[in-house]
Amino acid sequence: MATQTPYEVLGVKPTASADEIQAAFRKLAKQLHPDINPGKPEAEARFKSVTAAYDLLSDPDKRARYDRGEIDESGAERPRYSYRPHAEGPQGWKYQPHGEMNADDLEDILSMFGGAMGGARRGRGGGQGFAMPGGDRLYTLTVDFVEAAAGAKKRLSLAPDSWLDVTIPPGIDEGQVLRLKGKGDPGIGGAPGGDALIEIHIAPHAHFRRDGDNILLDLPVSVAEAVLGARVTVPTVTGPVAMTIPKGSDSGRQLRLRGKGIQRRGGSAGDQIVTLRIVIGAADDPELAAFLEEWAGKHPADPRRGMAS
Amino acid sequence: MIGLDEILVRCRGLERRELLRWVEERWVLPERRGEGWVFHEVDVARVELILEIRRDFALNDEAMPVVLGLLDQVYSLRRQMRRLCNAVAEQPEDVQAAIRRALPKSR
Repeated sequence: MATQTPYEVLGVKPTASADEIQAAFRKLAKQLHPDINPGKPEAEARFKSVTAAYDLLSDPDKRARYDRGEIDESGAERPRYSYRPHAEGPQGWKYQPHGEMNADDLEDILSMFGGAMGGARRGRGGGQGFAMPGGDRLYTLTVDFVEAAAGAKKRLSLAPDSWLDVTIPPGIDEGQVLRLKGKGDPGIGGAPGGDALIEIHIAPHAHFRRDGDNILLDLPVSVAEAVLGARVTVPTVTGPVAMTIPKGSDSGRQLRLRGKGIQRRGGSAGDQIVTLRIVIGAADDPELAAFLEEWAGKHPADPRRGMAS
Repeated sequence: MIGLDEILVRCRGLERRELLRWVEERWVLPERRGEGWVFHEVDVARVELILEIRRDFALNDEAMPVVLGLLDQVYSLRRQMRRLCNAVAEQPEDVQAAIRRALPKSR
């Protein structure tokens, strides 16, 4: 749970006047004071947080600093955040204009070095132009589990108004890097451009998991389905399919849907392995309980027989 | 990696409508995920940057793309510059010395 703001602690709006804040504090302080709540630690804890919130908000200077985000709810300085490490880190590439740096820009910079390299500028006309290959650019792209498993086309937005179209091959792994030739920084003076390197991250799925080329799924089944057998619909990464649950299936039984795992481009495919999980459903079902009592009486069995104690 | 709602909790005073407009204007480039958006660390930092620029410099929305564009160019040039400096640093000592000598004290 997110930390409560001091306004929330006192139950006032962020626009509340000093008088409203004082009134709210007095009301809460009367209710929560430890002297009238002996032996109630939760009241004491709330009294402390109410007092701390009031200390902060009753001081106009502190309140203004809190509102500006300079201090946190405990009154501690918030670290002055900086965009620069992000801009210069691996994630910062997408905000940096693509191909913005042209030959003239570079020669201006080189001329700062003067002498030998600055001469490249003059040499250019004489066919001795300075050439520098473009650098690679790094990007990250997060794909859904199903997109990673089944393959997908994704679009990566770049500043200020371009994008990269990325084809995710089926079965891509977490952390795998796709290389788009020539999509990095352009080269200068006829030198080749760099590549775009796209690191793929896979968002976890609520139900599916990967094991190599196989996909694992826990499938809830009812007691009736497990005992009597059933025809059920099972989600796969390429859409729902029908599956038969055999009569008398135990919880934990694994069923294999052949070819429903990762489809490799070469034609080979993994399987989806479905593990049955018997769910009882309603916690209190008198009809089922009554039936089982009678049934168990007639069928005494110990499923733990043979287990070492 | 967080969603739009989590950013709104983290950045007091930022409204959903406003943030969605920034995304539409491409000031911030989160990734599309189904119906929603995914913000990476750099995107969250950028949202905070925009909020800070607006608050501290009382900058209006028309000037914001200009400021962001210039900032992005500076960071882009810094990367290029560092790449060049790294290349120089990898040269043999006599080449580095020649470059140092060739650097004018002033222009």
